Amino acid sequence: MKKTKADPKGVLTGAHYMDGDHALCEGALAGGCRFFAGYPITPSTETAERFSSRIPHVGGVFIQMEDELASIAALIGASWGGKKPMTVTSGPGFSLMMENLGLAAMMETPLVIANVQRGGPSTGLPTLTGQQDMMQAKYGSHGDYEIIALSPDSPQECFDLTIEALNLAETYRVPVLIMTDECVGHMHEKVIIPPAEEIEIVERKWYTGPKDEYLPYKNDTDGIPFMVKAGDGYRFHTTGLTHDERGYPVINAECQKVNVTHIIEKIRGNVDKIIKIEEDQTDNAEVVVVSYGITSRVAVRAVQKARQAGIKTGTLRLITAWPFPEKRIRALSKKIKAFIVPEINYGQMVKEVERNSIDRCKVYNVPHLGGWVHDPDDIYKAIKEASK
Amino acid sequence: MEEYLRMDRIPHIWCPGCGIGTVVTSFVEALKKNKEDLDKVALVSGIGCTGRVAGYVKLDSFHTTHGRAIPFATGLKLANPDMKVVVFSGDGDIFGIGGNHFIHAARRNMDITVICVNNFNYAMTGGQVAATTPMMANASTAPYGNFEYSFSLPYLAEACGATYVARWTALHMRRVTKSIQEALKHRGLSLIEVITPCVTLYARRNRLGDGLNLMKYYYDQSVIEHGADTRTLDISYQGKLVCGKFVHKEKPTFLDAMNTHMTNVLGDDYELYGRINNDND
Repeated sequence: MKKTKADPKGVLTGAHYMDGDHALCEGALAGGCRFFAGYPITPSTETAERFSSRIPHVGGVFIQMEDELASIAALIGASWGGKKPMTVTSGPGFSLMMENLGLAAMMETPLVIANVQRGGPSTGLPTLTGQQDMMQAKYGSHGDYEIIALSPDSPQECFDLTIEALNLAETYRVPVLIMTDECVGHMHEKVIIPPAEEIEIVERKWYTGPKDEYLPYKNDTDGIPFMVKAGDGYRFHTTGLTHDERGYPVINAECQKVNVTHIIEKIRGNVDKIIKIEEDQTDNAEVVVVSYGITSRVAVRAVQKARQAGIKTGTLRLITAWPFPEKRIRALSKKIKAFIVPEINYGQMVKEVERNSIDRCKVYNVPHLGGWVHDPDDIYKAIKEASK
Repeated sequence: MEEYLRMDRIPHIWCPGCGIGTVVTSFVEALKKNKEDLDKVALVSGIGCTGRVAGYVKLDSFHTTHGRAIPFATGLKLANPDMKVVVFSGDGDIFGIGGNHFIHAARRNMDITVICVNNFNYAMTGGQVAATTPMMANASTAPYGNFEYSFSLPYLAEACGATYVARWTALHMRRVTKSIQEALKHRGLSLIEVITPCVTLYARRNRLGDGLNLMKYYYDQSVIEHGADTRTLDISYQGKLVCGKFVHKEKPTFLDAMNTHMTNVLGDDYELYGRINNDND
């Protein structure tokens, strides 16, 4: 993996007061994104607006496409044209992107999609928050595949994790999702943008061998194939059909097994390198609150109250939502009484927590159907109940 | 042909009598005659019989999702403006499921060449009715005959802003080649519609005979009217086929317009994007 430093042109070094949507854009520009194709949708539109005003000054393309089907298709094309591309959307647009999210996974194309989640289903709550697309992020497109999804809890993390997302996309040749939400997207906070020389950028894994020997899907020793871009004389082929190392379609069970296993295992085999979680006081905890995004900010109040009441309460924040930190949840489940999983949906990530702590500890879901964040007391009540 | 086709993928999947191969031959001829740098031509297809073209040409070639070849090509072109990007796909792919994308690529005068093989039906899935099926023709999902109005592709393309529009049949191989040559040199969105025989499905279901019978139909019923008013180009069942080059005009492409406009508005603050260096031309 070749690393370089950020291009100073895209880096707005300094201390800023900005919301998460704007920070997504600045993170992308700092992270080397120079191609944005998107479609307006609340509550993510501010990111697109900022791209449209910033990109002309840094050398790149902003294009407002006709819909989200086209936006992600353009991203895949741009990625094969050598760019690091990004788009941003919310639930309804995310649904439209599912078609070509599968193509990106199948073609092993680096790109980044931020989903500023709102309440659903359907048009739902355009202006109000939700965390209801977490399972869609993992399973939304048809067929078996793996993606990476990150979940920032602040504008600062919107900035930091967008750089991380672009780097992960290049490292693993995979679409990376930033699953934020309306609250974080519209929350104004201090965002520190470091100098360019402090920002690490992962370069694409370019192939440099003989032209006639290039195979777009031949695994390197680390399990990730080398990439080339259109126009460099390799005259390669790629397809959404099940394919062999050459990228040629092979329609049979044997090739399907190799192809699909590869796009899954290149992520599953690297979970320890990919997954980031943040823990606090889990060492001797009886109860651990597992949360992500805005809900982890709200849970802080409930955890404080529980600790004041003498309940040994730990927290585990999912910075990486997918792949899910199965090992860590399993380990904790052997030591604690219960997990508390508050989330702004009817119970999604809690299923992963349950799956990884079967019969070893209790799991309490604290659902909120969207439109607002939890009342911290609801989370506190669950902690108290669980500690009995 | 070895230089242009992936011989390790031949034989192709197309039926005997199908016209897609003929259009591919014309495309290859156009590349040859134009002396195109093959490293700088990319081909993008969607899904369907014609969607398989991407798998056979020895270019940077992308077999994408159904209907999305044009936005994929848009991203590829904008990321790599010195490439010539060709979309080669069928009528169902480009004007059925992907119609909206064509409309907007034409509106933007995106600098891509669109070659649309029109066989009047969805052939890959077994001959279903399409947006291009002439009225009264039979299809597997219009077993009592098609009663929907069909698209006239050149009319649609011109109305949406395409700056090069031509229509031919598979009979007009040399003219197809010439149109593709012109389109590859043209800056802006070009559409070349090529009407081709689908012997296995459309022709059989409508009892129109084999490939030769359809060529005879093209021979008898096609008329060449360059510059014809695109409002007059409707195709009726086994009726007249008006062919020719209907539109060929200059208009700034998306990237030209972006660079010109942003330079006017922002001056030195604008970083020119992807301007091709023509110094050596």
